[in-house]
Amino acid sequence: MSKLQIITKGIIKNNPTFVLVLGMCPTLGVTSSAINGMGMGVATMAVLIMSNIVISLIKNLIPDKVRIPAFIVVIASFVTIIEMLMQAYVPSLYASLGVFIPLIVVNCIILGRAEAFASKNGVVDSALDGIGIGLGFTLSLTAIGMVREALGSGSIFGLSFADSGMPLLFILAPGGFLVLGYLMVLFNKVAKR
Amino acid sequence: MNILSILVADNISGEVLEGFATGSVSVQAITLFAIVIGAIFVNNVVLSQFLGICPFLGVSSKVETSLGMGMAVTFVMALASVVTWLIQTYILVPFGIAYMQTITFILVIAALVQMVEIVLKKVSPALYQALGIFLPLITTNCAVLGVAIIAIQKNFDLLTGVIYAVAMAIGFALALVLLAGIRERLETEDTPEAMRGVPIALITAGLLAMAFMGFANVVPLP
Repeated sequence: MSKLQIITKGIIKNNPTFVLVLGMCPTLGVTSSAINGMGMGVATMAVLIMSNIVISLIKNLIPDKVRIPAFIVVIASFVTIIEMLMQAYVPSLYASLGVFIPLIVVNCIILGRAEAFASKNGVVDSALDGIGIGLGFTLSLTAIGMVREALGSGSIFGLSFADSGMPLLFILAPGGFLVLGYLMVLFNKVAKR
Repeated sequence: MNILSILVADNISGEVLEGFATGSVSVQAITLFAIVIGAIFVNNVVLSQFLGICPFLGVSSKVETSLGMGMAVTFVMALASVVTWLIQTYILVPFGIAYMQTITFILVIAALVQMVEIVLKKVSPALYQALGIFLPLITTNCAVLGVAIIAIQKNFDLLTGVIYAVAMAIGFALALVLLAGIRERLETEDTPEAMRGVPIALITAGLLAMAFMGFANVVPLP
């Protein structure tokens, strides 16, 4: 498998949101606007790349029986670092993502990639896998956020195109489920053939 | 008083109000009542806060298994909220290491789930039979960690925190059983191929969430 293939695989064939259906809580919880979705995607991607690199480096040192707790500690450390960085440099994004930032630690995508890829492959490949899956996650979240923001508040990335009369439902909780459900139908129709 | 006026407006509990007037029901009891109703219906953990979506979609194809999962989550969430509250109040805050919250809580929850599994196996094999298979899944259930963190953020005391966690868990079980009931029926329906499985479950959950929006403003948000 070439290096480029590792990256592209994460975006379409192994898309974490639409194909693997992992990490659904942040996918629904923070995508009320495109910028929030993108922020969460990038934060998750950063944690995923770093944890993939570290886990592939230390994979031979960890006894097999305690590998899951060890992975969780590595992931939680990077989540804490990202959390502090975001609090310091992007306080508004930090406030709007709220409890979902510490919850990156239980995002099954990250533990899943640690277990399925980083613990079996070399450092470079693991980093590339992190980039690919991270990009797939970021793109999915941004797309969902864009649809919800456009339908619900009449703007894209904060640029307003309609002042009023948009159905607020789409940025509320039910809209999250509905938009993700229908986007998944679309993805099944288009990308899976 | 805010809670009082809303109780009057929605006419949900004349008895409680009367008790309040005569002093037999304390202000704390009313606040707890508002927290419980708010956590189960208004701020439902799955349908309005988006926590615990993975088990919500994964274990909701049969009513029976979803009931088991709901019970297991309630059990673990109640225990986890006690332990995390004690750790936050007596270890993290006094030593000034509150930034270690995420790492500590996830490890504590993971250890707790393991311990519950071992103890249940020994003490009550019947209960272990019912809940056992769900326990390993709970470690990565973000609702448990999420509710523990939210209870700390809201500055609840220990009792309120536990009641809040149990109410949240009941809300989780309620949403799970409701969705499972609908999905059992959907199984026999002729669903378009691209919609089968997760997409139709998400759309159903969207409709459920819409129904739950009807509970908004019933009680003030805790």
